[in-house]
Amino acid sequence: MSIAILAKDLGKEYRIGGPQKTYDRLGEQVVDMMSAPFRRAASILRGDAAGAAELKKRFWALQDVSFQIDHGEVVGIIGRNGAGKSTLLKILSRITDPTVGEARIYGRVGSLLEVGTGFHPELTGRENIFLNGAILGMRKTEIIRKFDEIVAFAEIDDFIDTPVKHYSSGMYVRLAFAVAAHLEPEILLVDEVLAVGDVAFQRKSLGKMSEVAAEGRTVLFVSHNMGLVQTLCQRGIVLQEGRIVFDGGASESVECYLRTLETMGQEDLTTRTDRQGAGEVRAIDLTIFNGENQATSMLITGSPARFEVTLDGWMYGMTCVLTIFDHLGRPVTKFQSDVQGPDDEINPELGHKFVCEIDEFLLMSGNYRVDIWLRGGDEVQDYVQAAVKFDVETGLLRGRPVRATPVNPVSMLMPHRWRTPE
Amino acid sequence: MTTKTKAAPVPQKPVGDLPTILIKPSKGWVSLRLDELWAYRELLYFFIWRDVKIRYKQTIMGVSWAIIQPLFTMVIFSLFFGRLAGIPSDDVPYPIFSYSALVPWTFFSNAFIQASNSLVNNAGMIKKIYFPRLAVPLATVLAGSFDFVLAFIVLLGMMLYFGITPTINVIWLPFFVLLALITSLGVGLWFSVMNVQFRDVRYIVPFLSQAWMFATPIAYPSSLLPEPWRTLYGLNPMAGVVEGFRWALLGTKTAPGPIIIVSTLVSVALLVSGAFYFRRMEKTFADVT
Repeated sequence: MSIAILAKDLGKEYRIGGPQKTYDRLGEQVVDMMSAPFRRAASILRGDAAGAAELKKRFWALQDVSFQIDHGEVVGIIGRNGAGKSTLLKILSRITDPTVGEARIYGRVGSLLEVGTGFHPELTGRENIFLNGAILGMRKTEIIRKFDEIVAFAEIDDFIDTPVKHYSSGMYVRLAFAVAAHLEPEILLVDEVLAVGDVAFQRKSLGKMSEVAAEGRTVLFVSHNMGLVQTLCQRGIVLQEGRIVFDGGASESVECYLRTLETMGQEDLTTRTDRQGAGEVRAIDLTIFNGENQATSMLITGSPARFEVTLDGWMYGMTCVLTIFDHLGRPVTKFQSDVQGPDDEINPELGHKFVCEIDEFLLMSGNYRVDIWLRGGDEVQDYVQAAVKFDVETGLLRGRPVRATPVNPVSMLMPHRWRTPE
Repeated sequence: MTTKTKAAPVPQKPVGDLPTILIKPSKGWVSLRLDELWAYRELLYFFIWRDVKIRYKQTIMGVSWAIIQPLFTMVIFSLFFGRLAGIPSDDVPYPIFSYSALVPWTFFSNAFIQASNSLVNNAGMIKKIYFPRLAVPLATVLAGSFDFVLAFIVLLGMMLYFGITPTINVIWLPFFVLLALITSLGVGLWFSVMNVQFRDVRYIVPFLSQAWMFATPIAYPSSLLPEPWRTLYGLNPMAGVVEGFRWALLGTKTAPGPIIIVSTLVSVALLVSGAFYFRRMEKTFADVT
């Protein structure tokens, strides 16, 4: 086996905005605003771009990352939000420079950080295939050779000469993925682009990915989907806070990753830094209550439950989404406040709090985690993975005992009734 | 938590004939990597093709905008500067005197404005995929030559109408076209990079372009200036381009001479410095845009 990618002590330092300045008087603010251009001009002359944008705080998104990947290996990169997965992929794709260290890549590289990069809405499907193909690094002759295959894969034959702005989002994504799927470099860097399209198309895309993996090409694959990592990859690299904490078999790395999530659920939400979003409003607490109105980390199948999310502020158009994942990291169900039903209640007395009430909790016994996703002022304000963890114990579902079975374990129940002759 | 890390990689011999990419921090001034830009020439071609194709999409007038812009400016100039103010026009009819300058000027002005915004407009792509970044402003400027050709055809029509036959000087025309291209690209490179850092540039550029137009001998001849000021006028590279255009096409009596040399030097200096400045700042684009 020969080396495909060799990374040595890669590190990337970012400078992020420092705390917002506060002004006591309007006068101060005006003076500051007036003098800002001169301060910035001074920074530019020094050739200090980030300093010019007054970015002060520094942090290392990636540190001491070394690994070797051989030709033909399919490797999954997993880790929590902000663990440095995307940064690593950006460095290997040459989109951004590392701050320290170096990497060598032997072979033609194709990188797919998103599908449909450079798609232009005014251009037709045909034109976009050529443009996007060229952007992904395909030669014109190569695109012409694969053109029919791409169109067939995308299932858009009739619309190939229609501007893509008239496409449905499904068609758009299918076309975008189809172009990407026909890229044939020796080394492929992929960032979760498989989670596109409807279920049928996702299955097809997955098939294509497994094909690629089986062809003996080198694939580096960033994903949150643990099932996918386990099926597609032989090897997994787990990143945590910018460092490699595990490098080994795919299944072991998934276990390792899930353990890092487990330790998280117990942390105080206010101290969590591995979160995304604008952060003008953040979740500071998520408490689960059982049917007896007691705060708990244990719920009972078939009994009521209540999730209360407390925020540190409020803004216009605030919405909350809670997603529950099982112990394998698979999403099981979600509660969305932005989609309203007739039973929803608006109560200003709640203050900065979202309350989600569930009459019958329908998950089977097991342990689960909850991700919080907050949106407000037309942007994502806060996204925390594994904000809280809880267990579910079997109980009664409308008087029927719930029995967990080792064969075909399920995570979901439905109230039901049987009719039998005897 | 138990963790394990693979033993330090044992260097193995890579396959000999595979292309090798070395990724490491770049510091200070770096080479232009024109060979790489050449390797990506197909992408450059597709960028130009895209820019030409979408430029006039969803407009009623379509490509005729390429002609309307300089033509209407010419009409206004002829009325106000030619008729009312009676500005001299080097012994050629004022309309063709100003239009022959407006053709390269409109090319420059559009290329400059669009190149300045090109990186910001393509930020989505720059953050998601690697390609030589120089291709973006370069394609924008080259796409503008399509408009230039259209406006130039009208110029030929006007020469026919005014009965002006080009002199032998016309063999110099390609040189002046190239000079306009170099100037646009040089200025465009500088401003596109600054625009990434400071969106103020977006507001400064249209204003600057307007001021620059009046600082260029479009509505008036540079022959109004005595030497040595006329030669110094060449520090504005567009002055050289515009006077060169007139001399090559209309055979205006005052051969531009030294003004062209000064303009060419400034223009090349702008391009070379712009390209190196661009390459130096390039690594920050994906992090800042």
